[in-house]
Amino acid sequence: MNLILISLLTLSVLGAALAVLIFFVAKKFYVFEDKRIDEVEAALPAANCGGCGFPGCRGFANACVKADTFDGLFCPVGGNETMQKVADILGRTAVAAAPTVAVVRCGGTCDHRPRMNEYDGVKHCFIAHNLYSGETGCSWGCLGLGDCEVSCEFDAIHVNPVTKLPEVDDDKCTSCGACVKACPKLLIELRKKGPKSRRIYVSCRNEDKGHIARKSCTVSCIACGKCEKVCPHEAITITNNLAFIHDDKCKLCRKCVEVCPTNAIVELNFPPRKVKVEEPVVEAK
Amino acid sequence: MKTFRIGGIHPKDNKFSAGKKIQIAELPKQVAIPLSHYIGTPSEAVVKKGDLVKVGQLIGKANGFISANVHSSVSGKVAKIDVQLDATGYKRTAVFIDVEGDEWLETIDRSPKIKRECLLSKDEIINKIKDAGIVGLGGATFPAHVKLSPPPGKKADLLIINASECEPYLTCDHQLMLEKGEEIMVGISILMKALEVNKAVIGIENNKKDAIAHLSELAKTFQGIEIVPLQSRYPQGGEKQLIDALIRRQVPSGRLPIEVGTVVQNVGTTYAAYNAVQKNKPMIERVMTVTGKNAPNPGNYLVRLGTYLSAVVEQAGGIPEGTGKIVGGGPMMGRSLMNLNVPMAKGSSGVLFIREEEAVRKPIKNCIRCTKCVSVCPMGLEPFLLMNQSERNMWTEMEANRTMDCIECGSCSYTCPSNRPLLDYIRYGKSTVGSIIRNRK
Repeated sequence: MNLILISLLTLSVLGAALAVLIFFVAKKFYVFEDKRIDEVEAALPAANCGGCGFPGCRGFANACVKADTFDGLFCPVGGNETMQKVADILGRTAVAAAPTVAVVRCGGTCDHRPRMNEYDGVKHCFIAHNLYSGETGCSWGCLGLGDCEVSCEFDAIHVNPVTKLPEVDDDKCTSCGACVKACPKLLIELRKKGPKSRRIYVSCRNEDKGHIARKSCTVSCIACGKCEKVCPHEAITITNNLAFIHDDKCKLCRKCVEVCPTNAIVELNFPPRKVKVEEPVVEAK
Repeated sequence: MKTFRIGGIHPKDNKFSAGKKIQIAELPKQVAIPLSHYIGTPSEAVVKKGDLVKVGQLIGKANGFISANVHSSVSGKVAKIDVQLDATGYKRTAVFIDVEGDEWLETIDRSPKIKRECLLSKDEIINKIKDAGIVGLGGATFPAHVKLSPPPGKKADLLIINASECEPYLTCDHQLMLEKGEEIMVGISILMKALEVNKAVIGIENNKKDAIAHLSELAKTFQGIEIVPLQSRYPQGGEKQLIDALIRRQVPSGRLPIEVGTVVQNVGTTYAAYNAVQKNKPMIERVMTVTGKNAPNPGNYLVRLGTYLSAVVEQAGGIPEGTGKIVGGGPMMGRSLMNLNVPMAKGSSGVLFIREEEAVRKPIKNCIRCTKCVSVCPMGLEPFLLMNQSERNMWTEMEANRTMDCIECGSCSYTCPSNRPLLDYIRYGKSTVGSIIRNRK
């Protein structure tokens, strides 16, 4: 009986004393944290993808609260809507940015770019890239082993088993940029999504001279310069034997698509063109 | 018998072409001489389209310190200077020459007489080796003159000649020692003079008993050259392993052999040095082995640089039936070739046919923590750990675990009972960590 009483007493006294101690310690070492960080974090998509360049959504929220302006701060996943919410919480004005989407700049399907050898090593693009140029004659093109697919947190990019090329799902892609980093051939680019998802881009990264590029792939850019000449908006430049369309200048007129002799320039989500009905030529008799 | 102390494996020799006389390969119709060999800055072309060149004429000038001259290996007309696929599938600049006749530069001494005396001074020898574009023929193709000019303050006291040829299948060095033994010994004395050392050690694995006997006999007439038989063990031909095996000195991590007072040269390099210094013959040809379990005619061939491998293979009887993979180099460190239309470079030591059933990669299983890879790693690394870190992009940890010391010998992948692609991942990690370190500077 005595024993139980003593134990009870000792433990209660000890507990009470420590509780008081903890109370004061907690007061003394209290970490002040801006409450707005929690609020901003709640407004973010909680994808923790790192697309903004910060370690997770909390890191981004912290940076937003600490910074004075939104310079260099943008959540690609949430887009303008989320940034507006964040701006409302912080009492600033949001800067709207044009939505972007990932674009794979290689059109070398199996038909256009025949396989010349068989790779049987580790099925990762980065390892194959470290070893050699790839299964086809084009040393710039897609390896098709799907590192971009693995890197995507949003299930938005998949390697098509028929063409062996990755395809981006516009609706799912948040343009976080994970696949851009994952691709050892630097084929993926974040481009402006465009009105109604309409885009025009050069689907090739081959910087070899024209005849060499053409030999390895029938849809490669051969840097003939036709698109550069025909473009009324000066949106196309050719550097290192490769054409590039600047999406900030491009007005989507599709003139370059028409003149490209190798079909390296690709148009996406446009309505089909009106087929010009040629008037029958009356032959002179 | 001596061997290195850490790790190592002993794969089956399979030296089918041993004892086969070196055959002189036919002159090709066209050669494509690459201006960049494996290590160093590419050389600069000094000929242009339409120029007539003779055998031994300079066509590519060394560009920078770690770079080597390139000479024409044939006589004829320069067809073009264009890109050519190399063994890794990337395009490199090469000089294409259409062969017409076989006209050599007059300065080259083509008589078979062996010239033993060398009265040149140290600097003259190094300059001659530099002009002749000699590179290490062991595989890394590091320019030989760079190794012969140690940085100020460092002095070598011993020259080590690597004649171990630890790669299975390859026999080009072995055959060279049997046929050109005396030239090699003269070459060694020349290199000793260039380095100002009075002692040289040749390490030969004891699976080449005839070469050991032949060179030991010859060594009696040369001063300061010692032949040391070594126990057959892969990768004994690695510089650091060979130094440990022969003289029990250990090269510190990330340093060069000169740190412990030695310079290592391949036995093929000494023969090339002999030709350069005594015969004025630049680096225009080398011995290569064409072999394989099902090769119809395994043998050693003296091939002009720039000859397409397909032409060499054709002379050796063509691609045998049932070949699954063709490897450029030995089975351990060689790379499988994606196409035979690549020109041979200074570092091409062989073409190896691997049968279909042996060429398949076995399914990868889980690591069972048997630590076999740790016990065979000749550099004392932990391959299983490095692979995991490479898989997870842990570059800082990889650097701390000394991934840059890896010599890519492949012993870990060879020995792994779970068929894990250890070297593939480590090599990837090594190249990434290497570029991180370079960017830091």
